[in-house]
Amino acid sequence: MEGGATNVSDPDNLKATELRLGLPGTDAPEKPTPANPRGSKRALLEANEEFRGKSKSPEADSNGQEAAPIAKAQVVGWPPIRSYRKNSFQSRKVEAEAAGFLVKVSMDGAPYLRKIDLKVYKGYKELKEALENLFKCFSLGELSGMEGCNNRSEYAITYEDRDGDWMLVGDVPWEMFISSCKRLRIMTGSEARGMRSSP
Amino acid sequence: MTYFPEEVVEHIFDFLATHRDRNTVSTVCKTWYRVERLSRRSVFVGNCYAVHPERVVARFPGLRSLTVKGKPHFADFNLVPHDWGGFALPWIEAAARGCPGLEELRMKRMVVSDESLELLARSFPNFKVLVLISCEGFSTDGLAAIATYCRVLRELDLQENEVEDRGPQWLSCFPDSCTSLVSLNFACLKGEVNAGSLERLVARCPNLRTLRLSRAVSVDTLSKILARAPHLVDLGTGSFTIDHRAEAYHKVMGNFIKCKSLRSLSGFWDAAPHCLPAVYPICGNLTGLNLSYAPAIQCADLIKLIRQCSKLQRLWILDCIGDKGLAVVANTCKELQELRVFPSDFYGGGIAAVTEEGLVAVSSGCPKLNSLLYFCNQMTNAALITVAKNCPHFTRFRLCILDPKKPDPVTNQPLDEGFGAIVQSCKDLRRLSLSGLLTDRVFLYIGMYAERLEMLSIAFAGDSDKGMVYVLNGCKNLRKLEIRDSPFGDAALLEDVGKYETMRSLWMSSCDVTLGGCKALAAKMPGLNVEVINEMDESDEMEENPCDLDKVEKMYVYRTVAGPRNDAPDFVWTL
Repeated sequence: MEGGATNVSDPDNLKATELRLGLPGTDAPEKPTPANPRGSKRALLEANEEFRGKSKSPEADSNGQEAAPIAKAQVVGWPPIRSYRKNSFQSRKVEAEAAGFLVKVSMDGAPYLRKIDLKVYKGYKELKEALENLFKCFSLGELSGMEGCNNRSEYAITYEDRDGDWMLVGDVPWEMFISSCKRLRIMTGSEARGMRSSP
Repeated sequence: MTYFPEEVVEHIFDFLATHRDRNTVSTVCKTWYRVERLSRRSVFVGNCYAVHPERVVARFPGLRSLTVKGKPHFADFNLVPHDWGGFALPWIEAAARGCPGLEELRMKRMVVSDESLELLARSFPNFKVLVLISCEGFSTDGLAAIATYCRVLRELDLQENEVEDRGPQWLSCFPDSCTSLVSLNFACLKGEVNAGSLERLVARCPNLRTLRLSRAVSVDTLSKILARAPHLVDLGTGSFTIDHRAEAYHKVMGNFIKCKSLRSLSGFWDAAPHCLPAVYPICGNLTGLNLSYAPAIQCADLIKLIRQCSKLQRLWILDCIGDKGLAVVANTCKELQELRVFPSDFYGGGIAAVTEEGLVAVSSGCPKLNSLLYFCNQMTNAALITVAKNCPHFTRFRLCILDPKKPDPVTNQPLDEGFGAIVQSCKDLRRLSLSGLLTDRVFLYIGMYAERLEMLSIAFAGDSDKGMVYVLNGCKNLRKLEIRDSPFGDAALLEDVGKYETMRSLWMSSCDVTLGGCKALAAKMPGLNVEVINEMDESDEMEENPCDLDKVEKMYVYRTVAGPRNDAPDFVWTL
């Protein structure tokens, strides 16, 4: 499972293989982590506001009850769960979200793999550029396998989805792609040609 | 009446098991009062502000075990402002002066500073047991003091406390001469742990029976510990991610197999499904299992595990077990007495995890069930009526329907009849928490039938003052009543003011009680502290002249012989 062990001390040295916009050796500024002041009234309301958009109003008020159904997200101290329990799940959730979109990228013929965070990119174009940068040293040239592909190249970018199938990157909407992509593979040579030629 | 020598009376008192009985005999006559107080070894103070610590210590100089509780229960859900009070220091100071023989201290929902822990550690040469539950205000430095100075420490039990991490060295503070530990629980600590110190400590404490590790402890360390302490009875694992190297996995499984005495398992932080089979060998012996911190384990794997736990008496689980999984529990765990099903998704709007079906299944398959905490998406009257019939032995029944005020989805009716059936059938019910759509009717039933009820939690329920009055009039043994977001006002509050002196406390928040009502209560009952808690945001102006007609945000009323608090913060007004 990608990003399985959530180990604080970073044993896989993710930092070294993390994709950044910048030259290797420079440190990009860290993504700011959301403040989580525990026990503060304000924080609770703020945290709840995130979910206001997601929570739907509970029951249809069709039987004309006087009391309007309470929007779940706005109720302080509900459901009645100890902060201790809430906090231990909260930190897990943040970790899971942080690790959830890290995928390995392999390139045929390259001696080692890279790892990237798909959440960082807004779309296929950015991903393609990032991959070009990553594997520049292996004389990739321009990558194909996505919209506006370049006939010169002999590479195709593919990904393994949740079912274990190898798919061509670029067919499905971006959001769907990042949630179903488990790893990436830059195919070379004849295999790549075969993928590109399919309709 | 035949008069016995005092030694004989004292010996007879030894047979009185409960605090209540000892309290009662102390009121018979002056002699019995004196004999009782000098021979009293254990005192329980349910509300730290009900009595001055000095008075307790003066009355019971031979005290060996003290239990004190601080903040009201709703503090667990962030309803009590952070610095409301409940300080441990005055108690420890008083005990240090008056009861040097103190051996055991248990505190719940109190603010415990490092300073108090240090004082505790240095003041009682015979100190053996420290239990802190849902406390805060201390760091690992305080624990270092305990480890360093409590030479005969037997139990250090830290449950769900907020502890500031100042490094792992506290564990190394247990001297090499410390071999007396029987129980060590530091599961709530968030910081690093020195694995070597931990292993050595475990190795030199041959009587260790309970060990609950924190998330920072790896499976490798766990494995080594199990090898050294195969006599463990209660184990809380640390982080339970076993990496894919087969060797580590088989090692830990092999060490689990050796633990023939293991009866209770908890922890399982970060556990992934493929790690669970490591504990299969000992499942058949388990009486207690807590998987409620392992959200990655879904129904199918939970079922595989539970199928092997036929002796389970206590199960804490997440609602991803689903109704299907609860049916398996019902079929397998015939000895089950306590079940807690926690939500994995706090904000609702998610997949329907458990419903009334799961509860009905468990009630039908587990006749010994007597304690329940159940978070679910929906409940029906029919289900509750069935549960009441199947399980008449409930002593604790806490149901939380995640959606406040949700009616029976089948009939669209309130859940009055369902809860009514529970209180009518379960004659020994001592604790009840309500949820869902409820009218005054449910309180009529509670007042009528819940004779043994001691604690009642109400949220988003009732129509009028009548509801609260039914409860106050009916429940003879009521000790704690806590109410939030319900339409009960001054009329209900003032209906029977004498009642509150028979109870430990009353909490009301976001109800219809006004400042005037609270003042009236305080005026009529000098033996009560009526605290009004009006926490203002920094942006709000403090009201110059709060009007009596203003509704009170939060009110906490409790009987006391100590008078108004001298440590109340600005936002707490004792009327």
